[in-house]
Amino acid sequence: MKSKSLVSIDDLNTDEILGILDLAEEFEKKPVQNLLEGKIIATLFFEPSTRTRLSFESAISRLGGKIVGFADSSSSSVSKGETLHDTIRMVSNYSDLIVMRHPIEGSARFASEISSVPVINAGDGANQHPTQTLLDLYSIRKTQGTLDNLNIFMVGDLKYGRTVHSLMMAMSRWNTTFNFISPEELRMPDEFKLYLENLGLKYYEHTDFTDIISKADIIYMTRVQKERFSDPIEYEKVKNIYVLRNSMLSNTKPNMRILHPLPRVNEINPDVDSNPKAYYFEQALNGVFTRQAILCKFLNIK
Amino acid sequence: MKEPKQLSVSAIENGTVIDHIPAKNLFKVIQILGLDHIDTQITFGTNLESKKLGKKAIIKISDKYFEDEDINRIALVAPDAKLNIIKDYEVIEKKIVEVPDTIVGIAKCMNPKCITNFEKVTTRFKVVSKKNVALKCHYCEKITSQENLQIV
Repeated sequence: MKSKSLVSIDDLNTDEILGILDLAEEFEKKPVQNLLEGKIIATLFFEPSTRTRLSFESAISRLGGKIVGFADSSSSSVSKGETLHDTIRMVSNYSDLIVMRHPIEGSARFASEISSVPVINAGDGANQHPTQTLLDLYSIRKTQGTLDNLNIFMVGDLKYGRTVHSLMMAMSRWNTTFNFISPEELRMPDEFKLYLENLGLKYYEHTDFTDIISKADIIYMTRVQKERFSDPIEYEKVKNIYVLRNSMLSNTKPNMRILHPLPRVNEINPDVDSNPKAYYFEQALNGVFTRQAILCKFLNIK
Repeated sequence: MKEPKQLSVSAIENGTVIDHIPAKNLFKVIQILGLDHIDTQITFGTNLESKKLGKKAIIKISDKYFEDEDINRIALVAPDAKLNIIKDYEVIEKKIVEVPDTIVGIAKCMNPKCITNFEKVTTRFKVVSKKNVALKCHYCEKITSQENLQIV
């Protein structure tokens, strides 16, 4: 690994990303391996995130590592007023690697500069969440057999959605065509579209996707949150457009799969769950294999 | 008739003259260069007529010379500034400022949720646009544009 820590997906070059995905594949075949025996991993969750924390702790446990840490900051010295700087200095003395989730943007980069051990960013506010992006890439490659030349539909909140921004930036390495489907108020920000234009990649914007859904290889759903709208009437108008129902899937490609970072609220109707094209729960399982691979790579074990 | 009194703000024997500073940013330039902490004689004029800037300011610092690295720090607030290096009342060199590729510890990140606005962290930016200055925060990765620029 070129950089010591994993703060942003851009910290990895393409070979490093593929190396992580290949190793995750090995863990999928053989999830229990004693590679982290004698290693202590700190999981510092300054804000609660049950899914991400359990996924990491499951990955660590399957590799035989020990866990120290906390699940939210009220049970740590932060509640006594300790700075992040001091917490990281202390914890890096006690552990071989730090997994950190923090509500403040840029906290992970800052922690990586203070820490003497690698820091894996498990989400820093609205900024970066690179392990989510890696598990999304793993899920896409596994279901499509490739990352090259795919048509990816991103649906819902494309303005504030951190996961769609990171995934879009990462997928732009593999000649992806993008379809962005969102309400006017939550469109993909210009800076990301400019990024794609500079790379010469194709993207299309829509406010509805029922007519074009047959072209998709991947549909990446996100939640449209009421609180993002300045006008509640606007929300009422659009809230049902961005809900995926089983009846919409009849003309989709056989290889098409539906992804969602979870938790979902109502944007995927439960009648989709039994469709073989629904992949979001498997996607969450892939998170464990991907995180096993990330831990081993950044500890220079594999 | 009484002769009008003249102030001795004209030429300096040795030192640096910084001209074409936007008048509203004079005190920011003073702050960035630490001129409020030096011992030598300094004179400055502000709200002077300027065709290019409307109102400009000028600073004359005796017996003081700056490294390029230091002087480029004022590029954010005085991008058109010109320097005259004076020895024995003669201009021996003229310099212009250049916006550097990285800005360390001068600007404030405009993102209220950025770690640099919560803890004692020296700010650091990558300059993503030099013409209309745009700074990308090394920490939160958000862009601070010229009109939102604040000097720390």
